[in-house]
Amino acid sequence: MAAVAGRAEAPEREMARSLAEGCGAGERAALARAISVVEDRRPGFRELLARVAANGRRAHRTGITGPPGAGKSTLAAALARVWRDAGEEVGIVAVDPTSPYSGGALLGDRVRMAPLRLDRGVFIRSMATRGAGGGLAEAVHDVIDLMEGTGFGRILLETVGVGQTELGVAEAADTVVVVLTPESGDEVQAMKAGLAEVADIFVVNKADRPEARALVRRLRDAVGLGRGRGGGTPGAGARAKEDGAPGWNPPVLTAVATAGDGIIALADAVEDHRRSLAESGVQEARRIARAEARIRAEVRAVLEAHLGRVAGGGGFAEAARMVAGGRETVYEAAQRLLAGGGILSRDLAP
Amino acid sequence: MTTTHRRIRVLVAKPGLDGHDRGARVIVSAFRDAGFEVVYTGLHQTPEAIVEAALQEDADVVALSILSGAHMTLLPRVKALLDEAGLDDVLVTGGGIIPDEDAEALHAAGIGRLFGPGTRTGDAVAYIRTWFASSRRAAT
Ligand code: B12
Ligand SMILES: Nc1nc2c(ncn2[C@@H]2O[C@H](COP(=O)(O)OP(=O)(O)O)[C@@H](O)[C@H]2O)c(=O)[nH]1
Ligand SMILES: [Mg+2]
Repeated sequence: MAAVAGRAEAPEREMARSLAEGCGAGERAALARAISVVEDRRPGFRELLARVAANGRRAHRTGITGPPGAGKSTLAAALARVWRDAGEEVGIVAVDPTSPYSGGALLGDRVRMAPLRLDRGVFIRSMATRGAGGGLAEAVHDVIDLMEGTGFGRILLETVGVGQTELGVAEAADTVVVVLTPESGDEVQAMKAGLAEVADIFVVNKADRPEARALVRRLRDAVGLGRGRGGGTPGAGARAKEDGAPGWNPPVLTAVATAGDGIIALADAVEDHRRSLAESGVQEARRIARAEARIRAEVRAVLEAHLGRVAGGGGFAEAARMVAGGRETVYEAAQRLLAGGGILSRDLAP
Repeated sequence: MTTTHRRIRVLVAKPGLDGHDRGARVIVSAFRDAGFEVVYTGLHQTPEAIVEAALQEDADVVALSILSGAHMTLLPRVKALLDEAGLDDVLVTGGGIIPDEDAEALHAAGIGRLFGPGTRTGDAVAYIRTWFASSRRAAT
């Protein structure tokens, strides 16, 4: 068995080494393949990530979120253009939802990023959420790490602001840009979805529409009212105020992404935010928080998988039948599974 | 956690100046409903842009919709650029208004099956699944 396992391991390690080498040299094909390995959790993906991380490169991560159709992709492309003109290399991850029925996904963000398609300083990857609890695919973090390790100094993460994704974006990005439009209900929808809470910067896009100014005014009021509220009900820009850079109050900008209006001001705001994060030390705090969230998610996933495999009496499925049949309580079942999996000794059970 | 999630990734594109995109949209929806991850690039793509997108997206299949009559130049060009980029294991397939004798000639040049008007989308889905199952890419 050991010999077989040893032999089976070699090609994975070889794959990890050669892809990591390619990423280190900035090869696009290697990065593309590495992303698939990591996204699919194929054998060797952990070693691959470790090797690419060893390149020690750092990128600034900007998240762009907002309701479907707000203009996120158009805006991302325009922002990338500005950074390219400044000589920076830009990696873009565009996330769209997986269909819960078929498991398939329509990844259409490239349509609006056409101006970037032959620029070798830009790398665009479309990703499906693959049913990660309505939120971001766990692999999104890893994919960003790979782009970072390949030398893209600016990362743009576009996600649809529905479901639980706003929490994922807040975790994955150093700077969160929330895009809203004057269209009916956007604002309300954003507040309900908690989108407004994670914003470091607001952009009212489609400012060519007449209702835009009213939305800007309402947002500025909302951001102002929330100021210094501390522990109360979180409002617009709550994260920026509570654990963001001291003194950072989310600006409310306007843009017409299709015409390129307001994009330089947006790039400036992202830069201001990046600087204030770095100078206040909050950047490092956010990195640490991100790392902790990812470790916790991984530990939880490994524990669950382990319990599913080893827990006595058929694991979760059997326990579920017991509980549903009234033969055991939820708490007894959990204790039994944890004890059966060797995670909790029976005596120590609280 | 180590659960492997291999999904078939298909890049659907409209090359050239052809503005007929109804068929492409039908195909995109059918592929999504079949469980594929479909990257749609939209209209007016050059062969160079299609191949660059296929590389970045690590697409298993490049599926082109052509109703303009330019298939005899566009399809071989995309195939040649893919080969040049080291992506010779990617399937090039497609559909639109393509006469049978052209489809045969293209097939001889390494292009996969081409699907014309009245195609049942299930046939294209089945074709891609079957190709993928025995392809080099499925093993990775
Ligand atoms: C609707 C239509 C239009 C619409 C297009 C609207 C749109 N946004 O798509 C409009 C009015 C804009 C239009 C314009 C033109 N059209 Co027109 N149009 C048609 C028509 C009547 C139907 C096409 C259609 O939408 N079919 C419905 C869809 C669902 O079917 P489909 O595209 O064939 O797709 C199916 C299969 O082919 C296959 N398939 C297609 N793509 C792919 C891809 C993959 C990967 C796979 C697996 C399968 C697959 O599966 C699909 C589902 O079954 C056809 C004639 C015909 N009967 O095909 C002419 C036709 C395509 N048009 C034609 C022409 C010449 C034009 C014009 C140049 C001018 C003109 N004479 O009208 C302009 C050009 C516009 C441009 N910029 O390209 C010619 C093309 C001739 C040729 N290739 O030699 C045709 C064949 C008519 C003819 N007999 O002359 N057109
Ligand atoms: N009028 C107007 N339309 C825009 C603007 N920005 C984007 N759009 C359009 O809005 C639609 C959705 O844009 P897209 O970038 O795909 O939005 P996303 O779903 O948020 O990524 C497209 O048709 C864009 O052309 C804008 O500033 N003004
Ligand atoms: Mg988009």
